[in-house]
Amino acid sequence: MEKLQLPPKPEKSALKKIRAVIILILVIALYVWTFTSINIDWGRAIERSISNFHRVVPKLFSPDWAVAGKVGEAMLETIFIAFAGSLMAAILAVPLSFLAAQNMMGGKVGSTIGKWILSAIRAFPDLILAILFVVAVGPNAFAGVLAIAIGSTGMLGKMFSEIIESIDMEVVQAMEANGANKIQILFYGVIPQITPEFLSYAIYRFEVDIRASSILGIVGAGGIGTMIIFASSNRNWNEMGMILLAIVIVVTVIDFASAKIRRKIV
Amino acid sequence: MTTKNTLAQKTMPLYPAKTKIQVTIIFFVVLGIYTYSMIKTQEDMVGGFGGALGNMYTVIEKFFPPNFAILPAIWDSMMQTIQMAIIATTIAAILTVPLAVLSAQNITTFKPLYYLTRTLLNLLRTIPDLVLAVIFVGLFGIGVFPGILALTVFSLGILAKLISETIESVDMNPLEAMRASGGNVFQVIWYSLVPQIAPQFTSLVLYVFEINIRASVVLGMVGAGGVGLILNQQLKFYNYPNAMTVIIVIFATVLIIEYVSNKLREALL
Repeated sequence: MEKLQLPPKPEKSALKKIRAVIILILVIALYVWTFTSINIDWGRAIERSISNFHRVVPKLFSPDWAVAGKVGEAMLETIFIAFAGSLMAAILAVPLSFLAAQNMMGGKVGSTIGKWILSAIRAFPDLILAILFVVAVGPNAFAGVLAIAIGSTGMLGKMFSEIIESIDMEVVQAMEANGANKIQILFYGVIPQITPEFLSYAIYRFEVDIRASSILGIVGAGGIGTMIIFASSNRNWNEMGMILLAIVIVVTVIDFASAKIRRKIV
Repeated sequence: MTTKNTLAQKTMPLYPAKTKIQVTIIFFVVLGIYTYSMIKTQEDMVGGFGGALGNMYTVIEKFFPPNFAILPAIWDSMMQTIQMAIIATTIAAILTVPLAVLSAQNITTFKPLYYLTRTLLNLLRTIPDLVLAVIFVGLFGIGVFPGILALTVFSLGILAKLISETIESVDMNPLEAMRASGGNVFQVIWYSLVPQIAPQFTSLVLYVFEINIRASVVLGMVGAGGVGLILNQQLKFYNYPNAMTVIIVIFATVLIIEYVSNKLREALL
């Protein structure tokens, strides 16, 4: 019987080989650096977890129903923060996204400026923004609204500008050729193309913001996070179980509803 | 001729009346909830919106100029933060492989198993990273370990979902050809699935690494290690110039890592 043989592999160029080796060395160096300089206190972690396990884990799964009302109220506030914040962000993101999109008003220079603004906003974690706003407007839910609004603007602006860049420009050109002015082009050529996806992303962002706003209370910006920090410092794990249950239920319901709505829009 | 003209002149409404009514109602409902949320969230604010805006300027001024003399003190914990993100991303990337395969509809043909892993991952994703960190700090005590664990669990949920979606969109023909010529499950996965998803896999892992960097800088706020701990201390002492330095360092780190990771991902795809 004839011996079966695999076809010869294509030759790789020397440059590619060298590049692969360099990347490999860099990755290995990164890992060596990471694992040699980080010091995890294994002994303490294990000892603590053994002594704490029965005090924490079973209690998390037996929520304290007595605080259900209070938790519900705080959760409602969290939803309000997320709603107001993401709506503000959706409005703020529109002009920025038109600036950042290459095929709209800004051209190359404007687009670069817009993209820089958006990525600068995105570089701030939500919680850091919340800290700044808590200092500025005091420890209340409105600081949370502002933090969510600014934080989401960065991400939504980026998504929106990508949507604008992907529209069918032939429609716009046809309108231009027919002598339509800028406003007409915007209303009849651009907006009908982008509205469904804009809405879809704004609703998706609301989902993300529910999760984000549930932790803002850790720095004093309102919502259910305030209760999380109290429950953990009082080691009240039954209450924590209730809070977790509330978060899981609300997030699941909103994810589900938003997925339904988005499927209808697009 | 005249009838044709009048037909063209008559402006047809762009959208049917029913849609218009629906959109109007939805618009007012959204506006109503928005107004209510704005009133609710500003309820316990002293001085209202106008007072806050005036206040903002004077308070923000306290943050400047940042005190760069503490940079060397921040450096170590910033590096620790990055290391936490690296370790967590690595562990999540390894653990995600079986989970993603199990929650991809086209590979896991055994329905109950698919639904079980899907539901588990969905539940996992609903819990915010910081809440996980709070619980793990309660369980393991203050330190780096609960932070890494929280990041791992959190990113596992995202990564497994994204990768299972990638797996679901692969070309099934090579897999069927493999199976037809007698390859077992592992051979099919290794020789026809892995080559198809390897670039996307790497790209998604880098993306999750970016998310982890952003998440890990704040983990210290609840005692889970990293640069957030310093930030928390400085804020508690009302030492705003120092806090501002920490914030600027975080900002710069996130920007740099995002830039590098973006370039790498562009080169991959």
